[in-house]
Amino acid sequence: MMQIKPILAAMRHHRAGTVLIALQIALTLAIVCNALFIIQQRMAHLSEPTGIDEANLFVIRNQWAGKSSVQQTDAQIQADLVAMRQLPAVRDASPSNSYPLRGGGWDNFITLTPEQVKPTTDGSVYLGDEHTIDTLGVKLVAGRNFRAEEVGRIGLRQDVFPPVVIVTRALADRLYPDGSALGKPLYAMSPAPSTIIGIVDLLQRQGVSTWDTTYAYQSLLWPMRAAVPQGVFYIVRAKPGQLAAAMREVPKALYAQNRMRIIDPKVGDLSFAQVRERAYDSDRGMAILMGIISVVLLAITAAGIVGLTSFWVGQRRKQIGIRRALGATRHDIVSYFLTENLLIGCIGVVIGTLLAIGINLWMVTQFEMARLSLGYVVIGVIVLLLLGQASVLTPAMRASRVSPVEATRSV
Amino acid sequence: MFVHYLTLGLRSLRRNPALTVLMVMSIGLGVAASMTTWSVFRAVSGNPIRDKAAQLYTPQIDNWGPQQNEKGEPPSALSYTDAMALMRAHQATQQTLLYPVQLSVLPGGNRSLPIAVNGYAVYGDFFPMFEVPFQYGSGWSAADDDDRAAIAVLSEEFNQKLFGGANSVGREITLDGHDYRIVGVARHWDPKPRFFAMFGSSGFEDPADFYVPFNRALDLQIDTAGSNSCRGELTSTGWDDWLHGNCVWIMPWVELDSAAEVARYRQFLEGYAADQQRAGRFAWAPNVRLRNVMQWLDFQHVVPPESRISLLVSLGFFVICLVNTIGLLLAKFMRRAAEIGVRRALGASRREIYKQYLMEAATVGVAGGVLGLLLTAVGISGTGLLFKPEIARLAHLDLSLVGLTLVVAILATVAAAFYPAWRAAQVQPAWQLKSN
Repeated sequence: MMQIKPILAAMRHHRAGTVLIALQIALTLAIVCNALFIIQQRMAHLSEPTGIDEANLFVIRNQWAGKSSVQQTDAQIQADLVAMRQLPAVRDASPSNSYPLRGGGWDNFITLTPEQVKPTTDGSVYLGDEHTIDTLGVKLVAGRNFRAEEVGRIGLRQDVFPPVVIVTRALADRLYPDGSALGKPLYAMSPAPSTIIGIVDLLQRQGVSTWDTTYAYQSLLWPMRAAVPQGVFYIVRAKPGQLAAAMREVPKALYAQNRMRIIDPKVGDLSFAQVRERAYDSDRGMAILMGIISVVLLAITAAGIVGLTSFWVGQRRKQIGIRRALGATRHDIVSYFLTENLLIGCIGVVIGTLLAIGINLWMVTQFEMARLSLGYVVIGVIVLLLLGQASVLTPAMRASRVSPVEATRSV
Repeated sequence: MFVHYLTLGLRSLRRNPALTVLMVMSIGLGVAASMTTWSVFRAVSGNPIRDKAAQLYTPQIDNWGPQQNEKGEPPSALSYTDAMALMRAHQATQQTLLYPVQLSVLPGGNRSLPIAVNGYAVYGDFFPMFEVPFQYGSGWSAADDDDRAAIAVLSEEFNQKLFGGANSVGREITLDGHDYRIVGVARHWDPKPRFFAMFGSSGFEDPADFYVPFNRALDLQIDTAGSNSCRGELTSTGWDDWLHGNCVWIMPWVELDSAAEVARYRQFLEGYAADQQRAGRFAWAPNVRLRNVMQWLDFQHVVPPESRISLLVSLGFFVICLVNTIGLLLAKFMRRAAEIGVRRALGASRREIYKQYLMEAATVGVAGGVLGLLLTAVGISGTGLLFKPEIARLAHLDLSLVGLTLVVAILATVAAAFYPAWRAAQVQPAWQLKSN
């Protein structure tokens, strides 16, 4: 503390260097805070659970080649299901229009009364049968599963609505916040009500985009098979440890059933690990990029501080020598440079904090980002101040080794 | 003098290798980060049809009303009813409707396994409007559209797969069990982003394999492979019911060659919506839009936010690298204050000192640029790790990016050197000589 006045006086002498270091610390703080925040947001997003047995699940995208009637297609789907369920590596299989994390798909607005124009909320629609709950591995927390005789059939562009539905807890609570959803009606853009007969714990939506976030985990299961020309998804749950075997066996068994179908070799047979990887690839990419930039940025800033401080030490060898000759200890010299750096660092982090918040506020308006939590700024401030002190240490130690004799030289 | 300063600069760089390496790394990393993210950004934000972007427009009509539309904006596609009304009115020089379709084909005859192919159902005007280049044959005429002809245009790649690249015009192809006569083979054509089919698509998917007449596709009840969005109560009992409902799924495009035509078409759209209101079909005032290609891409947010954020963060990173370079150059130059003093005392003007030190900075810039170029190449090959695959593959290192990398590196370093070089030129010879 006793040294602050002479430090301020010295700083006035090399204003440019001081400004440059402060500026660099400010900009680095602003970018690193926001980068860390982006990393945290993206990592949180990509580690959200789906609620299904991801480790043992895979999805077959089955397209039909050539046209057939609704009845024929539905009969083929049922034959396929029987064939798949008989395979030794398969625990269960069910037909659907989609699967969680597919990246958007079928969703319906939901209302509590038929005449309501403004929807209450939105739900991701999964078609399935009485095997769907076991196949996905989701937990039924209230009510009952579908019965085989309740499973209906949808043809091309037919709006058929089931009299009974199973919903996720998130959707049940949104529609009936008092927890009384079981047995109550909902209207998924349907003229007649569907009764909620079961509630499952957790089932993620088909999409996880910003738009979907508002309706996260709001899904509903419809007891329906879609016998439409576009094809069908088969969700298959392998027995534990037999995923690879099941993924090989199922397409073979399906082609043996009927070869007039298309299972794309690249995207027709995806394990859920692959599905997850695809769904979140841009989140992962952003986190990686922000991580690389933060690390390199901190390294460059540290190197810059080392460089400029070394220059100052070189410039002031004579003055350091004089101070040493006048009785300053080595410790005094080191603490002089540390204090000087701390002062510059403080100016930098004050400006940097303002910049970090400013950049975040601008990003909020531009990219639908969340508000920066101040914890990140605090962490950033501590990291940068410590980084500054650590970078100054080596040049400061060198300065402390300047011999008092230097004061007497060359004058 | 130029060569002399250059050798002086190179010699000086060797004098404090640590500082030099630090500066070169700083510039190199900053440039590389910016150029890598720029290469992705320019690919996704580019104009996909430079010649005609200002003549091609997509009309939007609000058939959902203020309570159900998208925050006041009409839906991003048309319902069948409105799309067909625009076609019948024929108010533009050229016009087309389109929707994506996915069909099956047996590439090796009846005994092979079927594969899925992607295409679009379009009107004949599609090909001249979007300047589709042809390898063999051509598109089809308005008469073919009216005749609901069973014809098809294949892509060069699909023709290669099916016919080994031979002229297949006049031959037949069976898609989903229906026969089509091939009338043309388009040369490789893949505008990115695919501005004309953005409804429910990122705009960066694989190019189309084929094109079939819109009317024929409807006759065969070929469903859209893209998005379909509806409002209100859903009561469709099948294909025809669905067609005449309020679901939107058709993408319309018109070609308007002058500002007067655009104004006239906009008036026509307003008039059409007003007619619908009078007829009782719409219970709201006309709410229509007419956007050209670039306005449409902007409205559809075709540039992924990831690309924009990463470019901005990289530019910020580059700025910090430059601030760092200013500091290091200042230290480097001022360390030689004594030498500058001697030179000045021996008659060198300030201008010459200034020139010498800028030249030295330029050599740092060149070295930084070369390093930046290497790192950009590494960065671009690594974009697959950072962006979605269909976007990452668009980034590539071409001659213009090489040039840009070097120029940006050198200019930025020289700009960063203005202040340090000015400080060097301000050195007082007398003071320096005295203190030595």
